[in-house]
Amino acid sequence: MIASVQPSQQAGLHEETLASRSPVVNDFSIMVATKNGSGSQTANTTLLRALFKMGIPVSGKNLFPSNIQGMPTWYTIRANKNGFVARRPHAEIVVTLNPATALEDYQSVQSGGFFMYADDIKLPLSRSDISHYPIPVKKLATENEKEPKLRTYVANMVYVGALAQLLGIDLADIESALLFHFKGKRKPVESNMKVVRLAHEWAAENLIKTDPFRVERMNATEGLIMIDGNTAGALGAIYGGVTFAAWYPITPATGLADALNHFLPQLRTDPQTGAPTYAVVQAEDELAALGMVVGAGWVGARAMTSTSGPGISLMTEFTGLAYFAEVPAVIWDVQRVGPSTGMPTRVSQGDVLKVYFLGHGDTKHPCYIPGNVKECFEFGWRAFDLAERLQTPVFVLSDLDLGMNQWMSEPFDYPDQPMDRGKVLSAEDLKRLGGFARYRDVDGDGIGYRTLPGTDHPLAAYFARGTGHNERAQLSERPEDWENNMVRLARKFETARRLMPKPIAEYVEGAEVGIISYGSADPAVQEARAMLAEAGLKTSYLRLRALPLEQTTTEFIAAHRRCYVVELNSDAQMLQLLRLHAPEYATRLHAANHSDGLPLTAEWISTAVQAGEGSANRA
Amino acid sequence: MGTVSLQKVNVIGLQKVDYKGNDSTLCAGCGHDSIASQIITAFYEMGIKPENVIKLSGIGCSSKSPAYFMNRAWGFNTLHGRMAAVATGALTANHHLIGIGVSGDGDTGSIGLGNFKHMVRRNVRMVYIIENNGVYGLTKGQFSATADVGQELKHAGRNELPPIDLCMEAITAECGFVARSFAGDPKQVVTLIKAALSHRGTAVIDIISPCVTFNNHDDSTKSYVWGKTNDDRINDFTYVPHQEEITVDYEEGEVKEVTLHDGSHILLKKVDSKHDPTDRAAAIKLLEEAREKQLFITGLLYVDNRRPNLAETLRLNGTPLVHVPAERLRPSRESLEKILNSMK
Ligand SMILES: Cc1ncc(C[n+]2csc(CCOP(=O)(O)OP(=O)(O)O)c2C)c(N)n1
Ligand code: SF4
Ligand SMILES: [Mg+2]
Repeated sequence: MIASVQPSQQAGLHEETLASRSPVVNDFSIMVATKNGSGSQTANTTLLRALFKMGIPVSGKNLFPSNIQGMPTWYTIRANKNGFVARRPHAEIVVTLNPATALEDYQSVQSGGFFMYADDIKLPLSRSDISHYPIPVKKLATENEKEPKLRTYVANMVYVGALAQLLGIDLADIESALLFHFKGKRKPVESNMKVVRLAHEWAAENLIKTDPFRVERMNATEGLIMIDGNTAGALGAIYGGVTFAAWYPITPATGLADALNHFLPQLRTDPQTGAPTYAVVQAEDELAALGMVVGAGWVGARAMTSTSGPGISLMTEFTGLAYFAEVPAVIWDVQRVGPSTGMPTRVSQGDVLKVYFLGHGDTKHPCYIPGNVKECFEFGWRAFDLAERLQTPVFVLSDLDLGMNQWMSEPFDYPDQPMDRGKVLSAEDLKRLGGFARYRDVDGDGIGYRTLPGTDHPLAAYFARGTGHNERAQLSERPEDWENNMVRLARKFETARRLMPKPIAEYVEGAEVGIISYGSADPAVQEARAMLAEAGLKTSYLRLRALPLEQTTTEFIAAHRRCYVVELNSDAQMLQLLRLHAPEYATRLHAANHSDGLPLTAEWISTAVQAGEGSANRA
Repeated sequence: MGTVSLQKVNVIGLQKVDYKGNDSTLCAGCGHDSIASQIITAFYEMGIKPENVIKLSGIGCSSKSPAYFMNRAWGFNTLHGRMAAVATGALTANHHLIGIGVSGDGDTGSIGLGNFKHMVRRNVRMVYIIENNGVYGLTKGQFSATADVGQELKHAGRNELPPIDLCMEAITAECGFVARSFAGDPKQVVTLIKAALSHRGTAVIDIISPCVTFNNHDDSTKSYVWGKTNDDRINDFTYVPHQEEITVDYEEGEVKEVTLHDGSHILLKKVDSKHDPTDRAAAIKLLEEAREKQLFITGLLYVDNRRPNLAETLRLNGTPLVHVPAERLRPSRESLEKILNSMK
């Protein structure tokens, strides 16, 4: 075909052969490389939502640095007609505006894909297995934006327009994505659309498409929403009746508090009095954040905090206190990579063991583990019911990928149960009962009855403390009192085990291999199972949704010869808990853990399982 | 028929015994105990219903105090240095409760200094009492951050670091009620607690409260060591000599020298009527001068009722958050649908 186009000349290559391939529709990954702080987020989420609006299953993941401006950042979008939205190890479509990473980006393009780049980036374009599209980003941005300060920002819209043209993304969908982004404000939408159109026209006139990738409208996203897990969790908390939240800024949990602050005023301002039915306090540190939550929970509020690993460390002592004084609290841990500050903008599931046993002495806590944004919402409201029912801190283990990235989802279900405020005695109850013993197990479920400060009865008060106490909440160092109390707390934990959401088990007829996983690893596991099935290996799947573990899990392990525990951490933390939970099957459990800061891929999981199966079969 | 009660009652018909707590387990003569009795007197005389009170503390001998007053109030013996945070949450979630906190100089001045200052800065409405003895009592006699330069202790040796003045810390954190007193001056303590209870935001009272057990240096005739070497009966390492509580009664403007159990002296000076407690600069100057002269100025040092408290800042004017009924806490199904639709 046309040999005179500049890119093929530059590369001196066979783009004719590339162009003659049959089209690849709705099945590709895009990686956009920019500099942090250059405003590419708008462009990337616009592309993402435009594809979503065209009915194509998509996911978007921001792989960003811990930096405000200047360091390289990547955004990946995956479109897949079959609904697989896990991260891919390589993208077929790579766009780079960042000279600092351009070479690396160039080399990473999946064979058969294309490389779009700002034409002022000088690179040895040596690959013949991909298409090359240089874009005059500066020129188009300068033509369009008089204000030099805004040119880098506008430059991002150039690749949106060019990609839309090459892939066939409808400009109307780009526009409605921008409208979503700018919350319906026409003016910024117009100015961004101007650049998009300009770049679109330029691409139509100047680029010869030699790659096979394009999009076609489908209806796989009809009725779905797209949202991040932090916003979903915050909405869950609001519909769960959160009355008090205290927090301290930390990536990747900040978005949760931001979303509370965004939605609470509109949803929870009392229409009669105009007063808020909530309070949000930005604390001076995470110690204080959980301390405030414990104070609020003690007097009867639905209180929560959200943080990440380093904040969890600071919350350790208060978690122990709340556990032992039996104060309800909801704590979100949006996990990032440690140890230490680690990679604060990268994902992991590395707090499992730490959080489960957080405290000092003998402590353990119920933990919800949402595997998708819908569960972030659901567990967001259920956590309050559970915390008040059990009178204990309840954790929600989310992570950066789930919390900060955009996910497609079925719309969330409105809470189907009235709020459970747990065992609270009123003044009337006390009149009838003639007093109470705060820590007595009246019902055999390990949970005592509590009273709230302000209850108008002379026998209503009790003394909350972290020191040893008897059933009447009196200070006690008697060995029997201590042990009785710990035995009761163990009984209460058994009640927790019953109340937590069960894992989701999917048994496959004839499968000898099971995969056990949790949290944001789910999409990669689902896709890996399809890949394994294609390779002739049937797998069952158990997705854990909570700690403590229970019988469903034991049965699942028992039903398979080998189970691979897929998780995103270096110490195989859930595997350790599973072995403790089902020691009789410990040897059936195999590690398939990995942590490099990036979300898991199906390729990695399927390779790990196949490698495990290979050695199992050799053995 | 009916019997006429001879018991004295307060305005809400309660007797003083209704404000009682458990028996103290602190050392006999510990300043902390006399403060607990003054708290009882103040709440009784103010006619505050104990059921509306939360009493909080951190960890330390001082922080045990809430168990020794008002058994009909809700107590929370929290973590070392962290009472401020718990009180902030509790009194925000239910701003109709009356909060009193008891802390120590270690609790507030060292481990909890940050949280303390932030609570003051937020102006959480509560009375915050520091039972200040210049040592860590409960961990047996280390220096606290309020110990004087040059002070000597049996185990800790000589303190070379300057003291942190918690009244000064409170003032610089914009506290609107700052007072200092002495545990052995029941009249002043009661008066200040009552005034503090009427304050709009955080009211800090730093009360010098001698530790009869660990403020002991060797050469003092009343020291632990002196007792040990001069009394044959004392051969038990854990023996704590029984001490009488020190009390004082002095006038405005007067300087009073008080001899502590270990033989050391402290100078107390009551603020006189010339001090204008609404003048922040004057209060700071007063504390500076006292620091130079190594004496403690007692009385109400600074007061400013203008700054809104945290509940006001958060616009929590109506029903306390904990009393908002469940149906008003869960927004409607339609509102959720609307939000979700906007995310399509
Ligand atoms: C996190 C933590 N660190 C240390 C301790 C040990 N500790 C208990 S009380 C105390 C000091 C108390 O001093 P202060 O607040 O002055 O009270 P006092 O006993 O003098 O009244 C310390 C260090 C603790 N309980 N918690
Ligand atoms: S050790 Fe000191 S502070 Fe503690 S109870 Fe005894 S006298 Fe009071
Ligand atoms: Mg002390």
